[in-house]
Amino acid sequence: MQNNSQVGHGIIGIFVLTCSFVICGCSPKDNESVASKEAAQVIIKNKGSDTMVNLAQAWAEMYTGITTKASVEVSGGGSGTGVAALINGTVDIANCSRQIRPKELELATQNTGKIPQEFIVGYDALAVYVHHDTPIDKIAITELAEIYGENGTITLWSHLGIQHSACPSDKIIRISRQSNSGTYFYFREALLGTNRDFRIGSLDLHGSKDVVEVIGRTPCAIGYSGMGYATSHVKMLEVAADPDSPYYRPTLENVLAKTYPIARPLYMYSLGEPTREIKVYLDWIFSDEGQKIVEKLGFVPLESN
Amino acid sequence: MNILRKKSKENLLFSETVIELFIRLCGISSIIFVFGIFFFVFREGAAFLFTGLDLKEFLTSVEWQPTSLNNKRYGAFALIVGTFSVTVLAMCLAVPFGLGAAIFVSEFCSPKLRETFKIVIELLAAIPSVVWGFIGLTLMNQLIIAVFKAPIGLTMLNGSIMLALMSVPIIVSIAEDALKAVPDSYREAAEALGATRWQVVYNVLLPAAKNGLLAAVLLGAARSIGETMAVLMATGHSVNIPSGPLSWIRTLTATIAAELGEVARGDEHYQVLFIIGILLFTITFVVNLIADLVIKGIREQS
Repeated sequence: MQNNSQVGHGIIGIFVLTCSFVICGCSPKDNESVASKEAAQVIIKNKGSDTMVNLAQAWAEMYTGITTKASVEVSGGGSGTGVAALINGTVDIANCSRQIRPKELELATQNTGKIPQEFIVGYDALAVYVHHDTPIDKIAITELAEIYGENGTITLWSHLGIQHSACPSDKIIRISRQSNSGTYFYFREALLGTNRDFRIGSLDLHGSKDVVEVIGRTPCAIGYSGMGYATSHVKMLEVAADPDSPYYRPTLENVLAKTYPIARPLYMYSLGEPTREIKVYLDWIFSDEGQKIVEKLGFVPLESN
Repeated sequence: MNILRKKSKENLLFSETVIELFIRLCGISSIIFVFGIFFFVFREGAAFLFTGLDLKEFLTSVEWQPTSLNNKRYGAFALIVGTFSVTVLAMCLAVPFGLGAAIFVSEFCSPKLRETFKIVIELLAAIPSVVWGFIGLTLMNQLIIAVFKAPIGLTMLNGSIMLALMSVPIIVSIAEDALKAVPDSYREAAEALGATRWQVVYNVLLPAAKNGLLAAVLLGAARSIGETMAVLMATGHSVNIPSGPLSWIRTLTATIAAELGEVARGDEHYQVLFIIGILLFTITFVVNLIADLVIKGIREQS
């Protein structure tokens, strides 16, 4: 009995000790040092496009290591959310994977008294990938729409006029992305506009890299992904708006010349001419270091000067 | 001396009460958690379930277009078929192996070998499902392409093999317990009658442990239905009614995992994902309930 009671005391003792550790964990000293650090720092609020949120996050993280004067707070929510926050004057920089609409520009100017300034910080270009052995080199957006769109008429490789000997079933296996990815939305809009949906039954993969990897092992497959993901097992098709228009390869030059049809600029908007820390941050984004991150995340960097 | 003893007795009483209270709380908490989760899932999906959702479309249509701009459609039929087909195929693979292994471990192998086997089987159960998914995505994908000449290896078969590997440990350990629970007098009586070892197993043990074995299979099935990451990675994640083991499919769980992360809270799509959660909850609840009743049946019998 005596023994048991000691064990009981021991357990209670451990409880008390643990609790006191938890309580002492956040000592006032730590709080002070955090507060004083933040007081010296400018916080740049950055919000918007989900397509760009990883990029913006990567910039923000890298930037934290470089300067102590400013830190960047990034959140997503979509291009619309970013622009809405800009109109309300609650963000410093809005990320946008589309251009700001005239109506929004007007509203923002009215509300805040400052004219939003536009910066193109990189490009998002999608390449159409097929297996290396597929005897096809180019494809038109209108054909892609019939492959991917609801009630589309192209389901076999022979419908495209090719004899695909490495794919005995002749069936086109559509590789797509899961329905919430920004890439999915952009590709759907580029192919089908806003009134038509993708046909169900495509393989919806998890990431940009998975798409290319699976296509590399699947001769029957076609898919889309960022152009930075190409490997030796796949090939990127030349793309045209329709079969009568010129075809363009997905290269940096064609993206910059705006001839490649499935590429879009990525925008950042600031309220009025960027000042001080915001200007420093944007300048850093345009620097080689900032643009290297663009390339690293599978986007197309701006032309190097 | 007397006072001292009294004090230690009081202390003893106090600590006893505290510890008992704590343990009681631990016991009750699991019930609270289950009901709490059910309440939360139900609350998030309830509004749309009773007002906006066309239940007939949800259960019978294959059109899963939750992100359409103009024409959102929430038909989960293909997802339901996907979940059931991959589970059934997984059970077809897992049950013979699982029960066979259980019979071997319980009846045929030496005590030393049995310990090794148990450790290895427990190790199999400890592999995280995302690792199985990765194996499915890379290794099994290529294997299926090579063996079956399939155009792509991310198929129902691939997912089923992964699920089978995951549910075998559960089936083995529960089935082995069921076989162990059969009194030795049964074995001795059968052997006294001149039965061979296999005859003992087939004619005496299997009928005697029938319910326990069924419970093992059902719990294995419940594990398969609820599994997410491995099927998300291995089955191709495609809204499709399968025409055979080499078709690609999508399951209910994988849909929630893939889509919940980026959908706006309170949105229709968000609520439909929670309704899928309710559906899954109901399915696993029914399966577990059947398993429980079956196990209860055994206890009453013995």
